[in-house]
Amino acid sequence: MPMKLLIVEDDKEAAAYLVKAFRETGHVADTAADGLDGYAMAREGAYDVLIIDRMLPKLDGLSLIHGLREQKVETPVLILSALGQVDDRVKGLRAGGDDYLAKPYAFSELLARVEVLARRRRAGPAEETLYRVGDLELDRLARRVTREGKPIDLQPREFRLLEYLMRHAGQVVTRTMLLENVWDYHFDPQTNVIDVHLSRLRGKIDKGFDRPLIHTVRGAGYMVRDGAR
Amino acid sequence: MTALGKLFRTTAFKLSAAYLVIFAIFAAVLLGYIAFNTRRLIAEQVSGAVDAEIQGLAEQYQAGGVPRLVSVIDARTRLPGSSLYLLLAPRGVRLAGNVGRVGPDVMLSPGQRIIRYSHADDDNGEHEALVRVFELQGGFRLLVGRDLSESDRLRFVIRRAFGWSLSLVVVMALLGGWFVTRRVLGRIDSMTDTTRGIMEGNLAGRLAIAGTNDEFDRLAGNLNLMLDRVEELMAGLKQVSDNVAHDLKTPLTRLRNGAEEALRTAQSPDDYRGALEKIIEEADNLIRVFNALLMIARAEAGNAREGMAEFDVAEVARDVAELYEPVAEEAGVTLTVEVPDQVRLFGSRELVGQALANLVDNALKYAPVGKDAATQPAVSVQAMRRDDMVDLVVSDTGPGIPEADRARVLDRFVRLENSRSRPGFGLGLSLAAAVARLHGGALRLEDNGPGLRAVVSLPVRRGGG
Repeated sequence: MPMKLLIVEDDKEAAAYLVKAFRETGHVADTAADGLDGYAMAREGAYDVLIIDRMLPKLDGLSLIHGLREQKVETPVLILSALGQVDDRVKGLRAGGDDYLAKPYAFSELLARVEVLARRRRAGPAEETLYRVGDLELDRLARRVTREGKPIDLQPREFRLLEYLMRHAGQVVTRTMLLENVWDYHFDPQTNVIDVHLSRLRGKIDKGFDRPLIHTVRGAGYMVRDGAR
Repeated sequence: MTALGKLFRTTAFKLSAAYLVIFAIFAAVLLGYIAFNTRRLIAEQVSGAVDAEIQGLAEQYQAGGVPRLVSVIDARTRLPGSSLYLLLAPRGVRLAGNVGRVGPDVMLSPGQRIIRYSHADDDNGEHEALVRVFELQGGFRLLVGRDLSESDRLRFVIRRAFGWSLSLVVVMALLGGWFVTRRVLGRIDSMTDTTRGIMEGNLAGRLAIAGTNDEFDRLAGNLNLMLDRVEELMAGLKQVSDNVAHDLKTPLTRLRNGAEEALRTAQSPDDYRGALEKIIEEADNLIRVFNALLMIARAEAGNAREGMAEFDVAEVARDVAELYEPVAEEAGVTLTVEVPDQVRLFGSRELVGQALANLVDNALKYAPVGKDAATQPAVSVQAMRRDDMVDLVVSDTGPGIPEADRARVLDRFVRLENSRSRPGFGLGLSLAAAVARLHGGALRLEDNGPGLRAVVSLPVRRGGG
């Protein structure tokens, strides 16, 4: 589903690059070059997600977000910043941002995060209790996973990992998104720890079945999807 | 600036001048007090002597009238150091006495006063005297008094003493000032010279210590310590920039070479794609190095305190172990966790997590190195409460780090020879050490016999360090 995005970024080249990249992936993006323009456009337009740089002329990113939230504009916001430290991130989220991405970033990472934000907005706050992808079922209340009706035994962390993947079925989920959302850490794990966890989960979910449901998206991350569809 | 101008500007000169003024005032007050009291004492004595004379003369007068008075006065005036007398008949005719001339009104009004007079025997000059004048029966007038030139002499002596002591004070002050200038300012000047030399680039220069253990020695000692620290930091900075240059230039060169080679040799879109993917990978590595360096710098500068809160460090240890558990399994390493249920700690959960992750990552990397097949490589993660500290211990059964290298590996970018072949940037341990210091703790590397035992000791209480 195409998204309508607003990019508030004073670096013209970076903004143009993002517009082009989003267009190539089937989305529409407007740009604003300073905080005040960004504020006006965010209030007027119906955007799915706002991508806001932290350091902007005229009105800085955090004040812009704060202003929007005060005006009851609840469009999801992803903050882009050259400041990537933990406390910067905390400040950004406290100001009303929904996600935080440090520069320099991979576009695939940005896209994955924006898609998650957009979908969360469309789906609303209510969360389903049963996720189903193909013949795989995850019951959040009973904490039970079955494939083709047969129960699959998962460790608690594996359950949460699969839960996150299935909640975002059909969407790319990056390694850092998994570390942030399943483990709640934002640090650099040095090694490909997430991949090892995924391959273990894969061993339990896909092994012995014809159709794999957990897919690796090259250069981006993972996606749970029923391949047949 | 003239030499004199420079002198006026010195602290020693100002100090000497201040002391000079204080001493002078002191001496003046003291001498003034003495002079005042002496004069009062003399005046009392003079007044008493005059009273006694009058008493005696009154008795003579009562006994024999004016003629007796005249003979007594005559007799007394012949004695040396006598008092002053003058007896006049009603018409002003002089009957007896040793006072020559007095002012015209002196004899007319009775009472005590200080007058100027000249002696009957010598006319050279007037003197001061304290006199008392009486009117006797029949119009006779009597003056009795004492010369005050003694008191004049005293005043002179005091004035001279005053002059002498003042000059003495000035001389002493000048001498003292000179001494202070030579001694104190000499040392300060030498300090100034040395520090200027250091500022001009002679970083090895140090202040001289006289060995007297006085304030100057203590100041010089502290300044020297400060200079040592500065030199150490400078050396560290130089080392870091050298290392940064090396460790960032290497991947940058690889990145550039890869791009160049692709331009030169790539034939198909697939070749280009492969080359670009490699370039992105190199760029990502560079970004990770930068991020790690920034994190270390911020932890060392103490800037990360803002994100601090209370958290359960035992949970973080469990999380990190759990995060790496599949990696350990894949590498054939036994990973054991031994932590209490809960250890509350004030600090940055993310940074402590990152530090632990670095240590576990290292341990997993080295645990299987150089092992014979018989022993199972193992890594353990432990958390232990010890008084006010919590020890986070990550130990492995790998080759360990020789004692001589343990301090060095905590520096940035230091990678021991046998680790060059393995992935990593040489920042993991530096970051862990910086995080420990940020929390007021320390990272210790110990022998696990065999293997390495890395201990992050953190104070449990808030505000450590």
